[in-house]
Amino acid sequence: MQWELETTGLTKRYGRLVANDAVDLRVAAGEVHAVMGENGAGKSTLMSMLYGLTRPDEGAILLRGQQVRLASSLDAIARGLGMVHQAFKLFEDLTVWENVVYGAEPRRFGFLDRRSACTRVQELAQRHHLAVDVRARVRDLSVGIRQRVEILKALYRDARILILDEPTAVLTPQERDGLFAIIRALRADGRTILFVTHKLHEVMELTDSVTVLRQGRVSARMRTAETDADAIIRAMTGRSVNLSVARSPATPGAEILRVEALRVPAPVRGAKPLVDDISLSLRAGEIVGIAGVAGNGQSELIEAITGLRAAEGRIHLNGQEISGRSVAARRAAGMAYVPEDRALTGTAAGARATEALLMGRQHDPAFARHGVQDGAAIAAHARDLIQAHDIRITSERTRVGTLSGGNLQKVVLARELDFDAPLLIAEQPTRGVDVGAIEAIHARLVAERDRGHGVLLVSAELSEILGLSDRILVIYEGRLIAELPGAEATEQHLGLLMAGRTQEVAR
Amino acid sequence: MTLLNAFTVNATVQSMSPILLAALAGSLCGRVGIFNIALEGQILVGAFASIAGSFYTGSALLGVLSGILVTALFSLILALGTTRFRGDSIVISVGMNLLASGLTAYLLRVLFDTAGTFSSPEIAEVKRIVIRAINTTPWIGWIFSRQTPITWAAWILTILVTLVMFRMPLGLRMRGVGQNPEAARTLGVNVERLQLWTVVAAGALTGLAGAQLSLGTVGIFAEDMSAGRGWIAVVAVMLARNHPAWAAFVCLVFAMADTASVQLQAQGLPNQLTDAVPYVITLAALVMGSLRNRKRRQAALA
Repeated sequence: MQWELETTGLTKRYGRLVANDAVDLRVAAGEVHAVMGENGAGKSTLMSMLYGLTRPDEGAILLRGQQVRLASSLDAIARGLGMVHQAFKLFEDLTVWENVVYGAEPRRFGFLDRRSACTRVQELAQRHHLAVDVRARVRDLSVGIRQRVEILKALYRDARILILDEPTAVLTPQERDGLFAIIRALRADGRTILFVTHKLHEVMELTDSVTVLRQGRVSARMRTAETDADAIIRAMTGRSVNLSVARSPATPGAEILRVEALRVPAPVRGAKPLVDDISLSLRAGEIVGIAGVAGNGQSELIEAITGLRAAEGRIHLNGQEISGRSVAARRAAGMAYVPEDRALTGTAAGARATEALLMGRQHDPAFARHGVQDGAAIAAHARDLIQAHDIRITSERTRVGTLSGGNLQKVVLARELDFDAPLLIAEQPTRGVDVGAIEAIHARLVAERDRGHGVLLVSAELSEILGLSDRILVIYEGRLIAELPGAEATEQHLGLLMAGRTQEVAR
Repeated sequence: MTLLNAFTVNATVQSMSPILLAALAGSLCGRVGIFNIALEGQILVGAFASIAGSFYTGSALLGVLSGILVTALFSLILALGTTRFRGDSIVISVGMNLLASGLTAYLLRVLFDTAGTFSSPEIAEVKRIVIRAINTTPWIGWIFSRQTPITWAAWILTILVTLVMFRMPLGLRMRGVGQNPEAARTLGVNVERLQLWTVVAAGALTGLAGAQLSLGTVGIFAEDMSAGRGWIAVVAVMLARNHPAWAAFVCLVFAMADTASVQLQAQGLPNQLTDAVPYVITLAALVMGSLRNRKRRQAALA
């Protein structure tokens, strides 16, 4: 079979990280093809290579059977590829038609042929049902309309293959329905659409076939009609190594965290809230796992609890109301936090291990006197933690940016556990971490529970949720849609719930 | 005596042309995303190179051309500094202003063995053209007659730059590059090259401004003779938000204010008061500009 777009053994490395590992993608002409995967699974890298923004280290890209070399996005455009980036690349102060014809302007006697440009863009918009006022300025347009302008840009350059990178992430439900209608019309027009997403129901609703990426590799390739949400979820989140964690039954004590009617409004008007009326409770001596496919509001929920994001509703920690208080005040009330992104939020890459392990306690009298840091005490403290947590590092003065994912995560965990706070929030604690470090981190989380602390665990890894949680809460599109005891949950059951299919579970 | 007479109108038009040319240059740079505050230094270099060229060749035309060429070369500092070397345009511009001032004063000593002011009978000035038919006609004659070709060129260039910017593919690309270089790049525009040539072309315009200042008026060069004209042009560019036609209008208002202050002084008003007129106008314009921006922002939020 002749594929419209095919990659064979496409590989891209960034230092020690293999972002794409021998990826074989096969897209048929005139289909809507979903590329799915968790954050960090390698979707963006793959798309960058297809659009000529990044060059592969190994492997080939074939268009209609012909191998092509894409040195820049211009090459990609010339070969009939078009891309709508997640962050639009538009000129805000220019009009719609100016944005569309930019770089390939119709001319008349050397001047810009404004009339012909307007007409051509208008015709193009009408033909593809992209309702947009071509004379409007982009800055006055809503996000949904801006996206249409981006699609128009690709169509103006006669893109046969259109790459849409997480196109629904910023849209309201109405705008999303509009986009789906446009995509279907483009398919009917014979164009091929590559639809990058991690939203399952969109894949089921819109696409013809799916390629699932996990940790840089293709983990599944299927026809949408012949598969189900559950199988896709497992392909996205399943793990080849299944780690069982030895632990005794929980003995929950007093309530540590109570969240009441928490709500994080949507960034765009009319869209669904990111966190929609969530209430939950966490007791001492238990691990509560929040399961969900990334992008369903779990990050926003945690940001709201830790004080990184404004939210409505009430939060009680250790009996104190902490809603509306600063991050520092919340930490002081007894909260430790291992954030999702250890390299960006969790640590400063340029900091030494001494500094990274001290952070948050720099005013502690044990480490500073009259505002002057006690270098010897800080270094001793860092050495203690490095040893206790088995962090593989040259010296305590090494910059943490040079550490591997697992070791960096141990640094973050060591610091946060050192606060000895009754509540530990651990967000994707083992993402991108090697197997050995995963075991160590899991053991730490269980030990924390057994000491009588409460652990709120957020993870997209089914095995992690199942292996660690005493209770599991399932988050879907900003709402908690199910609660179940950890002992009773199965992978299949949880997979369906994460896909939002509560009825099938009830049956 | 009225404020508007043959002499004052003629002098206003004449004295504003260097500022206008520099403002056009500033608008061009601003449109491609490079904030050029080296206009003051560029005018000075242009003035010096024009005088030197005219002195050595005995030709006003060659003098003007040398001013244009040397200033365009001088602008390469900003052009290459902001593109290839990814420097900050403000820092580079400030350096260029200091360099221009020091370098021209130094060359004045080395080449002409003089300090302060250089004048010589061998300098060929740019002649003013008297159009006999309209020379004394109110307004038309006051404005157009007894002006140098450079002054006419300044107004023709204002129209040309506006046309290029808003009616030609090149102008569209320039505007896009300034707003979102990343987007322009993905559409196949060579951002750095466009920026580089725009800054050099703008440099040629400021060279012409310098030529008008030195060769077009008195035919002498004096140290730091640009005397703030480049800075007024910077303000005009900011107020006009890089629109060449609006920048020309702002320059005209400044020039009229300047003429008015001289006239008021002649009528016996204290010069401390009249000297303040251009600055009061600038301040008022800045306040109006920021109020307009605020209103625009509020409208955008609503």
